[in-house]
Amino acid sequence: MLSVKNLHAGIEGQAILKGIDLEVKPGEVHAIMGPNGSGKSTFASVLAGREEYEVTEGEVTFLGKNLLEMAPEDRAREGLFLAFQYPVEIAGVSTTNFLRTAVNQIREYRGQEPLDAVRFLKHIKEKLALVEMDPKLLSRSLNEGFSGGEKKKNEIFQMAVLEPKLAILDETDSGLDIDALRIVAKGVNKLKSPDNATILVTHYQRLLDYIVPDYVHVLYKGRIVKSGGKDLALELEERGYDWIKEEVAAG
Amino acid sequence: MDTIGKIERHFKALQENLNGSAGNAWRKLRREAFEAFTANGFPKMKDEEYKYTHIGKVIEKKFDFSGLASPTAEATLEKRPVFHDADAWHVFIDNGKSVDGSLPEKTGEGLEITTLREAAINHPELMEKHLGRHADVHKDPFTALNTAFSHEGVFIRVRKNATIGKPIILHYTDGGSGADIIQTRNLIIIEDGATANIIESFTSAMEKERFSNHVSEISVGAQARLNYYKLQNQDKEIYQVDNTVIAQARDSYAQSFVVTLEGRIVRNNLHFLLEDENTETHLFGLYVAHGQTHVDNHTVVDHQLPHCYSNEIYKGILDNKSKGVFNGKIFVQPHAQKTNAFQSNKNILLTDEASIYTKPQLEIWADDVSCSHGCTTGQLDEEQLFYLRSRGINKSKARAMLLHAFVNDILDKIDIDFLHDYINEEMYKRLD
Ligand SMILES: Nc1ncnc2c1ncn2[C@@H]1O[C@H](COP(=O)(O)OP(=O)(O)OP(=O)(O)O)[C@@H](O)[C@H]1O
Ligand SMILES: [Mg+2]
Repeated sequence: MLSVKNLHAGIEGQAILKGIDLEVKPGEVHAIMGPNGSGKSTFASVLAGREEYEVTEGEVTFLGKNLLEMAPEDRAREGLFLAFQYPVEIAGVSTTNFLRTAVNQIREYRGQEPLDAVRFLKHIKEKLALVEMDPKLLSRSLNEGFSGGEKKKNEIFQMAVLEPKLAILDETDSGLDIDALRIVAKGVNKLKSPDNATILVTHYQRLLDYIVPDYVHVLYKGRIVKSGGKDLALELEERGYDWIKEEVAAG
Repeated sequence: MDTIGKIERHFKALQENLNGSAGNAWRKLRREAFEAFTANGFPKMKDEEYKYTHIGKVIEKKFDFSGLASPTAEATLEKRPVFHDADAWHVFIDNGKSVDGSLPEKTGEGLEITTLREAAINHPELMEKHLGRHADVHKDPFTALNTAFSHEGVFIRVRKNATIGKPIILHYTDGGSGADIIQTRNLIIIEDGATANIIESFTSAMEKERFSNHVSEISVGAQARLNYYKLQNQDKEIYQVDNTVIAQARDSYAQSFVVTLEGRIVRNNLHFLLEDENTETHLFGLYVAHGQTHVDNHTVVDHQLPHCYSNEIYKGILDNKSKGVFNGKIFVQPHAQKTNAFQSNKNILLTDEASIYTKPQLEIWADDVSCSHGCTTGQLDEEQLFYLRSRGINKSKARAMLLHAFVNDILDKIDIDFLHDYINEEMYKRLD
């Protein structure tokens, strides 16, 4: 589904990603962990198409297509979704209006009829229930004045509405209380299918208790320096990153 | 002959022509205005008030002033302006003169719409009290020029305690006569306790270089309410100066919307005189400029007595090589204790070549007041743009959504549906 080969990227001549390789197949859950500043969000942003990052080397194919050549909106239309670590606030754009525009532009791209207001509302009501989000938030400006937890829930809600093939969740668990975490995890698990895949960027094992990963990768200084099964996350929780940093230093 | 010489010749001819007609006071006013105008002529480039908008020089150079003294209404009303079919009181003004037979009759008890000439005959005392009393000929050369040649125009009076439900629309067209100078003028009196909604709609498109010099004087009586809208959406060849003065009496409420969507150079002087206590004033402005358009909004809110509230929000979107100027003066006079005055000007520049010059100017001579101002200028927010695109929304739609969101708070305050929808649509056309 997603194949990343030797990906190098940076900003203003400063290298951040220094050769990332990653293969994700349908049905899989991958966790990416790693110390602060190691490049996890940059990796997620490059996949989603943030233009300020320059890809200097490597290739990425998504469902057989060259991802790096696509505009951000086309990546979304092809089925890629990024839940942002820091979702932006957009005053004056209501969540409903925003999502309906998104849904219908995606449908148009796929040659489907637009959803009328009634069918759209029905569609989002189901998804709202899934993430137990307050419907009142829908009529408010997008993320404006939302609490940290509400913003994160809103990301998962959008994911549920857009039904992506590959979802990348960048620290969606950070800042969530235990109940919210459980709800978000439940939402993600509900949406899991043999046809789609998830990449979880996280610092904490507690999310992985709910969403069990098939693979765990450690990103450090712009590279995946270690990969393993779900036990690797438990080991990191116990021992921290120093031993990995030492391994890297020792070559 | 130089321009001032030509103008003088026309002025003399006009005074001669009007000799014997009603209104000695008006005659005197014209003379005073003419003298005020000729004392300094058109504003020079170094003129503080016109430093960033060199319209005086342009006008002096471009136009020959031959039609100055003889406005003719030639529009046959065949080419109907926008909103002509709205549920409203309609007034059609062509080349500065109300179109014959177009003034609504049977407006009922509370509303009177007539020409300034008629008013000079029927209401000399009102004319003397108001005409030229609010728009000061010594304050602005364009007001002076307009006043010097004033003899046509529209007179609107909303009688004491009357509530006029339907909006009154003044449609300004500049018909087929090909005149290149159009001076329009009106006097609007909202008497004590009365309520009115007034729209000035400049929407004709002629694609011909011309100069429009407009003056509106509005008096809002005690406890009266006025919602006032000005829509400037002509073609890109028009040079437009607009002087609008709104004087508010005790306990009155006034709200202005000035929306500028088109023009070569547009200069608006909007002046609120808060002449008594406990008034409330809202000034909203919206300008969306593209191409070479130059939009200049100069506003003055003059707090003269205690307990008055004013709130001003102007927002602009500047595309291509357009230029914006905003100058917002707030005066708080020594007696105006307990004044609350707020002002904000926000701009988005869509290109590197677009520019805005913005200047708040607060002059406060009272000590117990609450005033604030702020201005921001920026580009579209890249983070927001990316967020929308990452959800599958294409770039141009995402851009339009953000720009729309930027102006929405003002747009949504226009609660006359046909006006709101028209502006919304015209704006979207330009932003998409
Ligand atoms: N837009 C940017 N401009 C300059 N530097 C950047 C930019 N984006 C990322 N960086 C730098 O790249 C490095 C990686 O940042 P990134 O946000 O990808 O880390 P992260 O692994 O997501 O960290 P965290 O766990 O704290 O979220 C950091 O040193 C960061 O300062
Ligand atoms: Mg991060």
